[in-house]
Amino acid sequence: MNPRRKKRLFTVAGIILGIGSAVGLTLYALQENINLFYTPSELVNGKGESHDMPFIGQKLRIGGMVVPGSVKRDDTTLNVEFQLIDTGPLVTVRYHGILPDLFREGQGIVAQGTLVEPTVVEAFEVLAKHDEEYMPAEVAEAVKGIKHEKPGYKLNYSKGEN
Amino acid sequence: MIPEIGYFALVLAMALSLLLCIFPLWGAYSGNLRLMRAAPSLALGQCLFVIFSFCILIYITLTDDFTVSYVAQNSSSTLPWYYKVTSTWGGHEGAILLWLVMQSTWTALVAMMSKSLPWVLRARVLGVLGFLGVGFMLYTLWMSSPFERLLPYYPVEGRDLNPLLQDPGMIIHPPLLYMGYVGLSVSFAFAIAALMTGKLDNTWAKWSRPWTMAAWAFLSLGITIGSWWAYSELGWGGWWFWDPVENASLMPWLVATALLHSLSVTEKRGVFKSWTVLLAITAFSLCLLGTFIVRSGIIVSVHAFATDPDRGLYILAFLALVVGGSLTLYALRVSEVKSEGRYQFASREVSLWLNNIFLVVAMLIVLLGTLLPMIHKELGLGAISIGVPFFNKMFSILIVPFALLLGIGPMLRWKQNKLNTLFPKWTINVVLAIIITAAWLFGGYDHVAPLTFMGTALAVWIFLATATDLLQKVASQATIPEGIKRLGLSYWAMVLGHIGLGFVIAGVTLTSAYSVERSVSMKPGEIATLNEYEYRFEGVNVISGPNYSGHAGEVTVLKEGKKVVLLHAEKRRYNVGMQFMTEAAIDDGFFRDLYLALGEELNNGAWALRIYHKPYVRWMWLGGLLISFAGFIVLADKRYRRSSRTRSSEAVA
Repeated sequence: MNPRRKKRLFTVAGIILGIGSAVGLTLYALQENINLFYTPSELVNGKGESHDMPFIGQKLRIGGMVVPGSVKRDDTTLNVEFQLIDTGPLVTVRYHGILPDLFREGQGIVAQGTLVEPTVVEAFEVLAKHDEEYMPAEVAEAVKGIKHEKPGYKLNYSKGEN
Repeated sequence: MIPEIGYFALVLAMALSLLLCIFPLWGAYSGNLRLMRAAPSLALGQCLFVIFSFCILIYITLTDDFTVSYVAQNSSSTLPWYYKVTSTWGGHEGAILLWLVMQSTWTALVAMMSKSLPWVLRARVLGVLGFLGVGFMLYTLWMSSPFERLLPYYPVEGRDLNPLLQDPGMIIHPPLLYMGYVGLSVSFAFAIAALMTGKLDNTWAKWSRPWTMAAWAFLSLGITIGSWWAYSELGWGGWWFWDPVENASLMPWLVATALLHSLSVTEKRGVFKSWTVLLAITAFSLCLLGTFIVRSGIIVSVHAFATDPDRGLYILAFLALVVGGSLTLYALRVSEVKSEGRYQFASREVSLWLNNIFLVVAMLIVLLGTLLPMIHKELGLGAISIGVPFFNKMFSILIVPFALLLGIGPMLRWKQNKLNTLFPKWTINVVLAIIITAAWLFGGYDHVAPLTFMGTALAVWIFLATATDLLQKVASQATIPEGIKRLGLSYWAMVLGHIGLGFVIAGVTLTSAYSVERSVSMKPGEIATLNEYEYRFEGVNVISGPNYSGHAGEVTVLKEGKKVVLLHAEKRRYNVGMQFMTEAAIDDGFFRDLYLALGEELNNGAWALRIYHKPYVRWMWLGGLLISFAGFIVLADKRYRRSSRTRSSEAVA
């Protein structure tokens, strides 16, 4: 093999090795860090035609409307509990911390957390949108079967964290 | 009548852009000098009309003309005047107009400052910029005009500027970011013009470099200020969310950083030519992709500017045209490009090549993490989110070889280097970095995670390596002042940029590892402790501003019984939209920030409060500022600009 070809071979081998390890690492990291989105109905009845249900301990995101009257605050700690709804079943969300500025009853929110009981999610993050008309796009689709309308505002989430 | 004049000015600007696109390109193709000579005045005229149009938008916003839909939706009469001005880029249509202002300003600047460039190249660069101008102006006039009226029924009062945007950060962040974003179109235009001309020599690299540097410096500054703004305004103590909108600006930045380094190799050594061209095309394509992601309504994001699908479709079509066209041209021309220089493995060329690989891989990771959820959803596989942990993990892996390389590369010479003279220095620096980091972290904290140690050590390694290289270069001259004088501004900029990155790495690592926060419910007089500080809740005052009212929580911070600062954290309710906003109180410091956010009122007279202790958080923005200033310093380097001038005049002769 002449030196030029040898050099080329090394370069190609290096590139393949680099890309290979990058893809491997990415897939590994992705596997751990993809969170599926559920609506309350999907969480209870399963998602799609195969009715995939999340397992206890799974990290997931859930989006729905906060059921009016369901927000219960603890008097001494910052624990809060509320229920989410889309079209039918209710799912309880528990959270410790300060809720985002636009968290209100009857409003659409997205919570990220772990499923601790079949219909209870322990959230480490609650997001609410900065718009009166806003409903998370996924929730709007689930509720009305339509994509969300063109809003007049630039939308912003505010973020709550414990 | 006045809004219509603004619209009409844009129509005229568009007409000039169209001519700017056709005349010079046709002239360059047919060798007609007169057509080519028209380019600069067309560019200037286009710029004036766009700026005029933008001034009109500012005027109608200041005069509260709510018959204009854009003003009605983004401003209100109670808004302070400076936020009225800000509101002209606070919404989608106005932001696109600001984009046009930037685009045409860059075009005009190129037209004025490229006098010594050969006419054929100059005409083509301006022609490509004209084409891009047409694309965006057509978009503005057709589906995104900020001058649209709401007649005959219009509101007596506007909907106000989104309270989140009523912040000084918002006044400067978008213009800076856009300046950088749009500026990359100049690098793109140079690359395309060079491809058209078929002469991919160092001339275009020399010419493209200062423009790329300027755009990159603005982009760096914009991203840094954006991060600081999110931190101080959003009220949750975070500074980077890996949100699609943030990623949209990070991706071009990563590629532009690679481009800068690659351009220097192309200019000085005549190699990597085709790669550099590809990077220039990629950087601008990512800007367009970012615009598509942000403006199409395809994402549900922390701050997505959700708009209608037609607009998304237009941008997508434009993106396809630009990317497809330039890649076709690239494919046709790339085989003619030949590298001139030869180099060995241990050389600065290879170290810069590796730098490029890491930066591009980083961009691909961000791209994957941003697009995968959208693709997943469009394929009907359901909504997923790729969380912050994914990006953090990938970047913490990638930064290790990158930072190591950064400490090695600048010491290497072009072409080839015998490594045995450098190995001792590197070994000493590695050992020193480990010792300093150990002393720093174990001296200050009880718990040191391996990742934290590694990140900090990498930052220290960068500091040491940069200092070593600097000392060596200064010492190689007869006297120290002589040595310092001999180093050009470009070198100092590199030093500054690399140190800046060191600060960013240290800041990110340390603040991620040692930030603590407590959410507490407190009654007036109660004390909460966090680290060595005590927070005494004094109570809540009622406040009222020009367009909001609310409460302010007063908290005295004590350290060892002595008062440090009185924090004043607000919870505002904006009158027009009835939106709540948290206005965090921050006591900033070089080594730590104390950050306080007021939550809601609880049942028994207590208030929810969130307290953060964030060590070294300022180092990130300090690093970001250093990095951006490095770019501006290079621009001040006369040698950097003059060399390009002399070279190109030789080329003409």
